[in-house]
Amino acid sequence: MPVSLEIVSPEKLLLSRSVDMVVIPASEGDMGVLEGHAPMIVMLRGGTIDLYEGDKIVERLFVDGGFAEVTPERCTVLANNAIPIAEVNKADAERRLAEAEAAYTAADKTDTAVEDAATDAIQSARAMVEAAG
Amino acid sequence: MPSLKALRTRINSVKSTQKITSAMKMVAASKLRRAQQQAEAARPYAERMDRMLRALAASVAGSPTAPPLLVGTGQDKVHLLIAVTADRGLAGAFNTQVGRATRNLARRLESEGKTVKILAVGRKGRDYLRRELASRIVGDVTYAGKRRIDFGDAQELGIRIAGMLAAGEIDVATIVYNRFQSVIAQIVTEQQIIPAPPPPEGEAEDLHGAIYEFEPDEETILAKLLPQALAIQMYRSLLESAAGEHGARMSAMDNATRNAGDMIKRLSQNYNRARQANITKELIEIISGAEAV
Repeated sequence: MPVSLEIVSPEKLLLSRSVDMVVIPASEGDMGVLEGHAPMIVMLRGGTIDLYEGDKIVERLFVDGGFAEVTPERCTVLANNAIPIAEVNKADAERRLAEAEAAYTAADKTDTAVEDAATDAIQSARAMVEAAG
Repeated sequence: MPSLKALRTRINSVKSTQKITSAMKMVAASKLRRAQQQAEAARPYAERMDRMLRALAASVAGSPTAPPLLVGTGQDKVHLLIAVTADRGLAGAFNTQVGRATRNLARRLESEGKTVKILAVGRKGRDYLRRELASRIVGDVTYAGKRRIDFGDAQELGIRIAGMLAAGEIDVATIVYNRFQSVIAQIVTEQQIIPAPPPPEGEAEDLHGAIYEFEPDEETILAKLLPQALAIQMYRSLLESAAGEHGARMSAMDNATRNAGDMIKRLSQNYNRARQANITKELIEIISGAEAV
């Protein structure tokens, strides 16, 4: 029995299909979701979502962070944006990384929330560059 | 009795007005369809967000460190009213409705001894509120010239409001907007967004007795999820308001087109009567002239 995976952005439902396994970039390490997974709510970092059918990856998408809800039958990813890996543009990614690094330098380091947000942005941009390369 | 020429000019001018109003109606109809589709597309995310919030809120309920976005500041002194209107007029009572509701709410809160701050979204609402409540307006936003509202706009608003809350500038936030019910009915709605209202009761997920695990812990997730939920709520009301605006304009323009049609009919009748009277008069003059000979 497969897992039904949904990826939604605030603007639309991006993807809805069933897969044998999906690997999502959870904030504390990648997480493989198979059918019958314990119910969880996790935060995502920027990274790639891999969709498996059998033991082959059939689709890879880049997400820039978000949340995921896992239940034994379903995996729902709430992301701001998800792009197929093939469409990730390296130049774009590098520009984002540069922007994120600039924002980090400019950020107020005394405020941990602001600093965390800036580091998250850098991390997400780095993952994007990697995904493109 | 106006002259024939004057009548002709009036008929022509009403006809061109009718052309404009019926064109505006068509445009509003197609924009309405697009706005409705956009609102439709935003629904899945909001639903899943609600489901997650329900699970999270249940698990931090009663915790003393629950974030202010969820439970408020514990005070009820400074109210922020977010009035969402359109940037353009000619939409019937659409903008005035929100303006009036905001004004009444502001007056009521002030008579209870509370401080009111207003954030005006949309140019028409800003102009309306500026006349009477200028001193309470703390900011305004317009999307004039934008083809469509995207999630980024809502997110900016959300961040701004969350920032005001974090800085202790406000205790409660309420959004006043036109909820789209149908093309002819937009209902002015006051919705409290801070402290967050309990997520609507929904089908609880049957987890066969299991409970959610959280990674990282609930509070870290909540701290990230709540601003997002706020942005989603703003996004929803902006979209509802956009759909409502086009609906209101469509019915206002439909009425205007019909009124112009009635007017053209009446004027043409007058014109024809005047023309006939003229002909009769000329005939009488000719006949009586011929008799005299």
